[in-house]
Amino acid sequence: MLGYLIRRILAAIPVMGVVALFVFLLLRLTPGDPAAIIAGDNATPEQLDRIRTSLGLNEPLYTQFFSWVWRLLHGDFGTSLISNVPVLQMVNQRIEPSLSVALSVMLVSICVAIPLGVIAAWKHGTWVDRLVMALSVVGFSVPVFVIGYVLVQIFAIELRWVPVQGFRSITRGFGPFFERMVLPTIALSFVYVALIARMTRAAMLNVLGEDFVRTARAKGINEGSVLFRHALRNAAVPVITVIGTGFALLISGVVVTESVFNLPGIGRLTVDAVLARDFPVIQAMILLTSGVYVGVNLLIDLAYALLDPRIRY
Amino acid sequence: MAIETLPNPALPSRRGPSLGFLTATPIIAIATVCLTLVILSAIFAPWLTSHDPQLLAPALRLKPSSPEFLLGTDAYGRDVLARILYGGRISLLIGLGAAVTSIVIGLFIGLVSGFFKWIDAIMMRVMDGLMAMPGVLLAIAVVSLSGATLTTVLIAITIPEIPRVARLVRSVVLTAREEPYVEAAISLGSSMPKIMWKHLVPNTVAPLIVQGTFIAASAILTEAILSFLGAGISPETPTWGNIMAEGRAFFQVKPSLIFWPGLLLSVAILSVNLIGDAARDALDPRMQQREAGK
Repeated sequence: MLGYLIRRILAAIPVMGVVALFVFLLLRLTPGDPAAIIAGDNATPEQLDRIRTSLGLNEPLYTQFFSWVWRLLHGDFGTSLISNVPVLQMVNQRIEPSLSVALSVMLVSICVAIPLGVIAAWKHGTWVDRLVMALSVVGFSVPVFVIGYVLVQIFAIELRWVPVQGFRSITRGFGPFFERMVLPTIALSFVYVALIARMTRAAMLNVLGEDFVRTARAKGINEGSVLFRHALRNAAVPVITVIGTGFALLISGVVVTESVFNLPGIGRLTVDAVLARDFPVIQAMILLTSGVYVGVNLLIDLAYALLDPRIRY
Repeated sequence: MAIETLPNPALPSRRGPSLGFLTATPIIAIATVCLTLVILSAIFAPWLTSHDPQLLAPALRLKPSSPEFLLGTDAYGRDVLARILYGGRISLLIGLGAAVTSIVIGLFIGLVSGFFKWIDAIMMRVMDGLMAMPGVLLAIAVVSLSGATLTTVLIAITIPEIPRVARLVRSVVLTAREEPYVEAAISLGSSMPKIMWKHLVPNTVAPLIVQGTFIAASAILTEAILSFLGAGISPETPTWGNIMAEGRAFFQVKPSLIFWPGLLLSVAILSVNLIGDAARDALDPRMQQREAGK
């Protein structure tokens, strides 16, 4: 178990190394002088020189890369060119809305999608199955910003049940927080529900044909227990895998959702940084989100080992 | 949007893949018709509307639907219907372009890493790294750095899709290269490019057609997201995402600026996804076996 754990952690290092290299090269391999790109069109030669020195652009490329990684490893993700605030501090101020959306979408999606997938597999080939599968294709296809605006139009503008946009910190009361979280959560959950429900159905279909399911039924265990305790447990690995790989989708989704609902999260931070060409922030955001993705998938690898003793090779 | 399909060493049929799946069920047939209509309306946009999608007419801003402007005008007085019709061109071009480009590059990477172990170790780490970066963030970063032209947007959308193709091809190659006919070709001294082209590539055709449709759907979606976030092709160019992005400010006044392009975008992506599912059912024998076994 410990060996497996260490191997998985070691395997994550080259992945992050590739991400770091890519993010680094993104700015360096772009045609033109990075300092000029950063400074914009109206920069004076002194400004360009100052930027070159501060970014170490006069050093050889590999020296730049390693000193940059060295600073990253010491928690220095750079400073915004626009506001001069350290990037990590900016992220810290903006993390709550993003984390709230991501976690509530995860929670809602898992609670909705897994039962849907189980029922679709159980009623395989019937109209229930076809309906779930049809909904899941629709969920994949309708972009989150389209769903978002339809929800806003119906529930915020026509019915006036919830506020149109914005965010209120949970520290200022659960009620205002909750009513602003409902629509973003529902809008972004569609695609995630679709993904998880589809995978749950496929995994359950494989498992339901197995002997131990027949044995469980023959013993007279009630069907709910057969489905959720015997079958679902054995179908868990692919379902959890897709929850992990879908995390990249979730991160992209949060970025869009924050724009639709005007949430001041790290997605807005990134989009604003892109529009303002604030490169240290862009670089840091890609690194951090990739790090979160790799971290989540590392946790999932560990979850396999706990769920399925066969995986502890 | 593709769920990672497992490697499927589909044997190529002699006649090549048939297109019969496009009308397999009524729903697929409707999807095929819808997609055809969207494609035709994009191609024949100049004949379907007499309005210039980029002509500014400030006096006519935000007009409601009328016989002259069927869907009204936007904040700059441009005809919304014309913009939506022309907007389909960019979306479809990006969808097709991203699918073809990522398949060509991914096929090459997948073939090489499936065959040469030492390249495999490096390439797969690179692919893992690419997959770890959220596609939309990567794409907006690439576009913001290199300027928003059709080519850079296409490149930005293609990069995150390459690993999926490369991994799929690699897994097909790894299975196929153990087959007796490949070993026979190796021992007969066939050259490496010949083995790849004649014996390995045909195995990848069916799964790549399926993957290609999902990539096209996902690319159309990503392009719309980029435009919507303001990091896509320049705003005066009509794309579905651009129309919606401009509609955001006037959402409470004129929601149709978001709904019409949103509807067309959703229908297009939905059709492509449905066709992809049908293609998988038709071209992927493993899936059929599983369904038949039930």
